[in-house]
Amino acid sequence: MSARRIVLTSGKGGVGKTTTTANLGAVLAKRGHRVVLVDADIGLRNLDLVLGVEKRIVFDIVEVVEGRCQLRQALIKDKRLENLSILPAAQTRDKTAITEMQFADVVRQLGEICDYVLIDCPAGIEHGFRNAIAGASEAIVVTTPEVSAIRDASRVIGKLQERGLPLRLIVNRLRPEMVRSGDMLSVDDVTDILSAELLGIIPDDEEVIDSTNKGEPIVLQPDSRLAAIYDKIARRLEGELVPFTTFGSPGFFARFFGKAS
Amino acid sequence: MHELMQEAPATSAVPRKRGRAIVVTSGKGEVGNTTTTANTGAALGATGASVVLVDADVGLRNLDIVLGLEARVRHHVLDVLEGHVTLDDALVTDKRVPTMRLLAAAQTREKDDVDTAAFRDLISALRDRFDYVLIDCPAGIEKGFANAIAGADEAIIVCTPEVAAVRDADRVVGLLGDGRSVQLIVNRLRPELVRRGKMLSVEDVNGILRLPLLGVIEDAPDVIVSTNRGEPVALDPASPVGESYRQIAQRITGTLTGVPEIPRARSFFEKLFGGRK
Amino acid sequence: MFEFIQRFFGKPASSATAKERLRLVLLSDHLSLAPDVVESLKHDLLEVISRYCEVDVANCDVTFEQREKQVAMLANIPILSMRSRPAPPPPPAREPDPPQAAAPRPRRKRRKNLAGSTTAPAT
Repeated sequence: MSARRIVLTSGKGGVGKTTTTANLGAVLAKRGHRVVLVDADIGLRNLDLVLGVEKRIVFDIVEVVEGRCQLRQALIKDKRLENLSILPAAQTRDKTAITEMQFADVVRQLGEICDYVLIDCPAGIEHGFRNAIAGASEAIVVTTPEVSAIRDASRVIGKLQERGLPLRLIVNRLRPEMVRSGDMLSVDDVTDILSAELLGIIPDDEEVIDSTNKGEPIVLQPDSRLAAIYDKIARRLEGELVPFTTFGSPGFFARFFGKAS
Repeated sequence: MHELMQEAPATSAVPRKRGRAIVVTSGKGEVGNTTTTANTGAALGATGASVVLVDADVGLRNLDIVLGLEARVRHHVLDVLEGHVTLDDALVTDKRVPTMRLLAAAQTREKDDVDTAAFRDLISALRDRFDYVLIDCPAGIEKGFANAIAGADEAIIVCTPEVAAVRDADRVVGLLGDGRSVQLIVNRLRPELVRRGKMLSVEDVNGILRLPLLGVIEDAPDVIVSTNRGEPVALDPASPVGESYRQIAQRITGTLTGVPEIPRARSFFEKLFGGRK
Repeated sequence: MFEFIQRFFGKPASSATAKERLRLVLLSDHLSLAPDVVESLKHDLLEVISRYCEVDVANCDVTFEQREKQVAMLANIPILSMRSRPAPPPPPAREPDPPQAAAPRPRRKRRKNLAGSTTAPAT
């Protein structure tokens, strides 16, 4: 019984993709699934930092591929969630250190020991990106409602469709008050432009920065509203039809008499 | 070519001093690298200096859209490097900033297609024509990064006050080596969060990076609005973020000296009685 | 209050501007990134035009240009001469003709020789 192997990508660097990967992985693990997070970046590690495991890295994916350690030895188990592990990125800048086939093979092996493999894809559409999608069976595209992010997401969606990967969209860092005042594209605008199926909407939240600084996924704080949102995303991934949170619709009068939140 | 000659600044009559080539980089993506390059360039151009902005990303082009010039791009860097068009054909003019030009990135190829030596020669040629060559560096530290820093002897590192960004910036400082002069811009600061201990302060960031501080830019919604419209915030006289960029430009040209002011959270009384800012 | 007035008489909301810019730039991006589609389009375009005039195929050029408010296709097609009347469009079926279709001529001959035969020629 093989796992679902999902690559999280965006094209544009860091629109919250790594944080999303970490939090989604954490919430899936909380819900009882065995999850392995794979950092597919080359030379710039970040997933480990977001999870707070950066001091516990012993081996990385390149060493696994080169046979210098077993796959299980390289996996770092999260201390807070027993179902969650991470395979750290390579330290080397040498992009040829690992081929697409080798990467896909590692992901396949991981797929035999867990339920979900979440692959955090590096920025851009070059070698790191190609590696990351090599092992995947589906994709989540993360974007913000901002012009250059959407442009890059569109590019990435094109590449994913070329590979025949089913994909869904997460819109991150939404600021509902700016959407209301017409200063930010709405989620409908974004899904319209990208013609992609929506998986989740994550509002901009200042707590995320703090949680990243501490290396504690925000979904582990039970009272955080983002925890509830990620939970909904996880349920949608599992196949449940969960209505999207509405962040307030811009009524005509509300614009003039309503307050910006 | 004709157009470029007509709009060249008055100093072109005097033997031109070789321009400065500055790469704007960060390592981590989405810290506002491209927005910073665009706005710093626009602010420099607004002082009357001649500036060319070079988008060194290949495959993902964004400098043009941030500047609102996407409809005017006809040719790109690779077209020039491969000799299909002349440099003048490829340089995009901006009606709002007559002394500024844009050289757009290619969309269809990958970074490996750019010969680093050729790119370095291009930057060198641009330095002979412009006072400032600003190179927008793509995210990551692979070939795109190597291309972007080729030919630039100065660098600006853009970093947000977040752990992952600082780590990547630190890595990039290491890769830039000793030969280059490197300065720091801290972007998207939220003084209120710093005050509450929820965000790293500029001092925290620079305690690790230890770079001369070029400027600090507060997180503000008008940046998003400006990219929506394609109107660089540096050209908006009413915008405080624009003012930050204008000061950065003045520090680059040397008309402004001294350490940049770090925005602090306003105290209760300041908010009540409309204090600073 | 001023914002209220500005919204009525001032610029449209920036999100509307952003959406419109994105629509154009994505169209332009996708066109520049699908050279094979553009090639097919160029091929089909020349095929149609060739029915009406003789064109200098080697010097034909089809490009897409993004302007301020639209993306336009620009076709530069040197015409050598006009045909006296347009050539008919190619047959709609693209599959190769079935083998029997090659037979009609011999059968027609046979029909002439066999007066009164009711064999209909294959189409």
